[in-house]
Order: sequence, then structure tokens, then C-alpha cells
Amino acid sequence: MNVNEIGEFIGALLILTGGFASVISAFGLIRLPDVYTRSHAATKSSTLAVLLTLLGTFLYFLFSQQIFSVRLLLGIIFVFLTAPVAGHLIVRAAYRSKVKLADISTEDELFEVLYKEEKEKENEVEIEEDKEVEVVDEIEIAKENDGISDKS
Amino acid sequence: MIETMITISLVLFTITICIAVLRIILGPSMPDRVIALDMIGVNLIAMIAVVSIMLNTAAFFEVILILGILSFIGTIAFSKSIERRVIIERKRDR
Repeated sequence: MNVNEIGEFIGALLILTGGFASVISAFGLIRLPDVYTRSHAATKSSTLAVLLTLLGTFLYFLFSQQIFSVRLLLGIIFVFLTAPVAGHLIVRAAYRSKVKLADISTEDELFEVLYKEEKEKENEVEIEEDKEVEVVDEIEIAKENDGISDKS
Repeated sequence: MIETMITISLVLFTITICIAVLRIILGPSMPDRVIALDMIGVNLIAMIAVVSIMLNTAAFFEVILILGILSFIGTIAFSKSIERRVIIERKRDR
């Protein structure tokens, strides 16, 4: 077993590891409860998978055909730069378009930062609605009392 | 040995893409579908690299670069379209 065969084997091993990481990220994509947790699985571990695969391909071609492929290195750098940016942008768009969080999530701190004014308005509206409901209740109670007094 | 490992990894990437297609069909919201599409693009890049090993040629490496760029631009366009309902803004004031 000479050096080239060992290099090819390492490349194939990296590719196999990338395949397993990719399947793990796919299970995360199908099983996690909402879009924010799913984006963790989809962007991070998927990037790791494709980086491992491209690195394995690079090593394989370096050792089997003595090709130092600059294009593959450029592809690695490009994927490594763009995949997190794309994930961040799509999750930001998801939050701004008001996709619901999962039911088990406990706290949403960004909501108060982004929608503080709207939340205050909603609270005021709710308070006014409560007042109206109380007034309506009083009127109904008065009507009922009138009805009782009429009957008596 | 190496042939077997590469074939197994190709099958694994195929399984991943099938699961992502399932998420596109199921996905309750639009960003879910876009995330799954992005993942399909990234996995296609890896699949093309593996196929170029199987065919023993270096001719497909440009495809990797161009597919990466197209997938990135597609995701950006989708996210802008979801966030602001427009993709190309004529007057950008913020």
C-alpha cells in the first residue's frame, strides 16, 4: 500500500463521513418542531457535510491523478462563506413574516425589541375592550334586574 | 473498497435529498420550504463531487461553483421576497 492508495482511502473516508453527516442533518430537518430549530439542522450540519465531501474529493484527486484543483478549493471557500449567510437571512425573513415558534419554546426576547410599540398598542386595545365588556355586563345585569322587577 | 464507500455515500446523499423533498411537500410555512431547497442545493454540490470521482474526471468542478452561486442567489431572492414582498427595490430608503 503506497502513499497514493492511503491518500485515496482518506479521501473516500472523508466522503463517507460527509454522507453520514448529511443524513443526520436530514433527520434534524424532518423531526425538529419549528422553522428556527430546523434551520439549525439544515444549515450548520449540512455545511459540515458538504465541506467534508468536497475536501475528500480534493484529496482523492490530489492523490490519484495529481490534480491540484483550485476550482474545488474555491468551491469549498464559497460554500463555507455563503451557507451561514443564507441560513441567517432566511431565518430573519421567517421571523419578520411572523412564523410561529414551537409550542414548547418558553421565551421570545426578540419580540419585545422588534414589536414593542405594536405590543403596547395591542395592550391598550385589550384594556379598552375589557372596559367595554364590563360596561356591557353592567347593562345586561341592569336589564335582568329590570326583567325580574317587572315580573314581580 | 473505495468504490463501495463512494457508492454508499451517494446513496446517503440521495436519502437526504428525498427527506428534504418530503419537508418541501409537508412544510407548514414558506421559509421551511426555502430552507429545504437550500439544503437540496448544497447536497447536489456534494453529489456532483462524488459523481466526478465515480466517473474519474475533473470536468464537473465548474458545475460545483456555478451550482453554489445559483443556490445562494436563489435563497437570497426567496428570503427578500418573503420578508418584503418585493425582490428588486426601485427606491431603497432604509
